[in-house]
Amino acid sequence: MIARALLGLVVALWSGAALAQEEPLEEVVLGLSRDRVAITTQFDGSEILVFGAVKREAPMPPDPPLEVIVTVSGPSAPVLVRKKARRFGIWVNTQAVLVDAAPSFYAVATTAPLDEILSETEDLRWKISIDRAIRSVGAPSEITEAARFTEALIRIREEKDLYQMREGKVALDQSTLFRTALAMPSDLTEGAYDIRIFLTRGRDVVSSYTTVIDVNKVGLERFLFDLSRAQPLVYGLMSLAIAIAAGWGASAAFRLLRR
Amino acid sequence: MQIYLPIAEVSVNAFLVLGLGGMVGVLSGMFGVGGGFLITPLLFFIGVPPPVAVATGANQIVASSFSGLLAHLQRKTVDLKMGTVLLVGGLIGAAVGVYIFNYLRSLGQVDLLVRLTYVLFLGIVGTLMFIESIVALRRSRRAPVRTERKHRTWIHALPFKMRFRTSALYISVIPPILVGLLVGVLAAIMGVGGGFIMVPAMIYLLGMPTKVVVGTSLFQIIFVTGFTTLLHATTNYTVDVVLAVLLLVGGVIGAQFGTTLGLKLKAEQLRILLALLVMLVCGKLALDLLLQPSELYSLAKAGVAR
Repeated sequence: MIARALLGLVVALWSGAALAQEEPLEEVVLGLSRDRVAITTQFDGSEILVFGAVKREAPMPPDPPLEVIVTVSGPSAPVLVRKKARRFGIWVNTQAVLVDAAPSFYAVATTAPLDEILSETEDLRWKISIDRAIRSVGAPSEITEAARFTEALIRIREEKDLYQMREGKVALDQSTLFRTALAMPSDLTEGAYDIRIFLTRGRDVVSSYTTVIDVNKVGLERFLFDLSRAQPLVYGLMSLAIAIAAGWGASAAFRLLRR
Repeated sequence: MQIYLPIAEVSVNAFLVLGLGGMVGVLSGMFGVGGGFLITPLLFFIGVPPPVAVATGANQIVASSFSGLLAHLQRKTVDLKMGTVLLVGGLIGAAVGVYIFNYLRSLGQVDLLVRLTYVLFLGIVGTLMFIESIVALRRSRRAPVRTERKHRTWIHALPFKMRFRTSALYISVIPPILVGLLVGVLAAIMGVGGGFIMVPAMIYLLGMPTKVVVGTSLFQIIFVTGFTTLLHATTNYTVDVVLAVLLLVGGVIGAQFGTTLGLKLKAEQLRILLALLVMLVCGKLALDLLLQPSELYSLAKAGVAR
């Protein structure tokens, strides 16, 4: 029995290695409705259309059926999650857990419920589900329920539409053409957003494709943001000058009106 | 109409922000308070991150206070001499306050400290002012002709006396400098101009006439908040100029109306209204601390918050 199990493992490893070396049988050809998102003064969220086709060198394997997963993730940063508790009758922050890396935006769109088309192992390997996309290494030893802090992080960001799980929202035609629309909220962070497409069969990833979409401030937004970082004193003085000028302007205008 | 704020990195409704600025501007002109204790919580409420709300609020206060000050200067209701003395104390106090703030931040729990300071000071100031103005209002109804002569206290026994013509006072410079100092410390810790503490302090501690108090308070606030704005812009990069412009366009217009409105009301009525407002904000903040929040967890950018 043991020998057989070992053999099975060896076969699995060998075929896994072979899969990695060979060209995948099915590949993604991708199109995007846009390759950059410009944050202007009127920016109020953005919708990105992700569409593409599956290219095949060989005839399509009949079974199990092909499924598609699309993920979009914003730049990752550490996040401090605090918890309030009642002390002396008032609510104060008592515990804190540092989540090492959490994407500022993360959306997953699939053709079917995620656990039906992706195995735990593959999820762990590719970090596809929202839980896996967040990396939390260690919590302080006195906090036993560290997982709740990560759950809270996901819950708070899901409420703001920053984390989205859209199962069954990818349309797939004849196992070849797929498309989905992803809505990005208005409070986006700047940076490179990774778009990943996974093709799965029988809960295993058979092919993946990655591309990047840039989210950038442009025009006035760009100018002000850069100035505030590069020349903070000039920026601060400018803010004050605007304030003083506006105060004087209003006063002068009202004096004219009263006459 | 939605507008994206470059520093806050959120999108807000432009008219909502204009309205908020206008409302706070009216109060600013009426009472001589910068309105920082109102604008900062209101900005949190519409989704602006707290550090940006505090810093930008300070910038907006500069504008509405300047507009209000000009209106008061025309009516000659500003005691520049007294303002300067207060300012000297204020700037020293602000520097000390920033030092205390940073020290407490290194210990953690600075949020709680700020909230508790708010509740404590707004509560005390609001209640005292409310009781005093009710008493004054009753007295003035009974004997409207009688003008009360300030009785001599220990304050009048201090050295370094100076004559403040506009306020019709001849007192030592030590109490105003101490008042300025205290307000400066609190301003830095609470992130406000400190008008709501200064106004009652000038009336009750220094015995200045209410009409002069408002303009003089505005004069001092401009410098303290201007200083705070620069400090935030250079150290934390949290001043959002787009948000500030929206707030101050509403604010400066509001301040003009507020000043006119303030001059039409009786001094006691003005004080009762301000007292009620201060107690209202205090009550709201106290409730936040006492009631269980709907979301126990909160997120903060790591590094900044530690």
